[in-house]
Amino acid sequence: MKKLVLFIPLVLFLGMGVFLYQGLFLNPQKLDSALEGKPVPAFQLERLETPGEMLTQENLKGEVSLINVWATWCPACKYEHPYLMMLARQNILPIYGVNYRDERAPAIRELSREGDPYTLNIFDKDGRLGLDLGVYGAPESFIVDHNGIIRFRYAGPIDRNVWSETLYPMIQELQAEAKQDGV
Amino acid sequence: MKTFKILVGFMASLVLAFNVMATPVDTYEFKSADNQKRALSLAHELRCPQCQNQNLIDSNSPVAQDLRLEVYTMVDDGKSNDEIVDFMTSRYGDFVLYKPRLDPKTYILWLGPFVLMLIALYVALVVVRKQRGKSTAAPEMTDADRNELEALLKNKQSLDDK
Repeated sequence: MKKLVLFIPLVLFLGMGVFLYQGLFLNPQKLDSALEGKPVPAFQLERLETPGEMLTQENLKGEVSLINVWATWCPACKYEHPYLMMLARQNILPIYGVNYRDERAPAIRELSREGDPYTLNIFDKDGRLGLDLGVYGAPESFIVDHNGIIRFRYAGPIDRNVWSETLYPMIQELQAEAKQDGV
Repeated sequence: MKTFKILVGFMASLVLAFNVMATPVDTYEFKSADNQKRALSLAHELRCPQCQNQNLIDSNSPVAQDLRLEVYTMVDDGKSNDEIVDFMTSRYGDFVLYKPRLDPKTYILWLGPFVLMLIALYVALVVVRKQRGKSTAAPEMTDADRNELEALLKNKQSLDDK
């Protein structure tokens, strides 16, 4: 019994070691979104293409959708863009763009040049909606269910891995949920 | 003449550099000195979500600028510290707090050091008690021991004499 006591420090050390070793592989950029489970924040912003046309959170309701925060100044958004185009062609769900802290003219120009995967584009010039969404950098994407509740937040560019392993399974689940509710 | 030109050029570039640094946020005018003090201390305790090891004052990222301005205007609007902190955590999560709140998730953080200290005190007490037990027991001798010792010594002497 007395000898076993002597092993306590070793056990503690090993426990700490395992705990800290795991920490080496955590991604510090991956933060829990405080908004998961909450409705899309209220906003009233212009549509990117047509100044004067107002959009609100009501425009995003009705079906499971993807909100994608992007900007022309963001290189990772350019990387993600072709994949979004492909998703848009497959017509899986509406993709709503939030043009975050950007200028209108270059944003429209970029979409006409590279293609426009967005069902609607919200022009968030001052980043007010971005702030309410807890965005800390573009690109960020949110999966919203048919009731307008944010179910998942993904920070970083969407690519094939992220889509097939994380986002798409969740979207399928939510779409099944929506079907049950009769939407 | 040439050195003068270089000097003027250097000064001009300095002035330009300072102009660039003066973002609208940093020239924010508070309604009162008290507000300024409160807002700055709050912004010091809030963490920038983008450059993760800087607070809102240190960081120059666009997000930090936005949040800083938000804190300043909320203070000037007379919002309480709790309201402002709630505003931040409802968007960016508890992560933005440099001073974590006391809730079940953070008990180990806040109470852990005290628990460790109690354990250390307990161990120290046990060790000290053991040491003291040893040092006081050793030198004591009963009368029986003394008689036996004397008998042994006498015995040895008589053996030596032979």
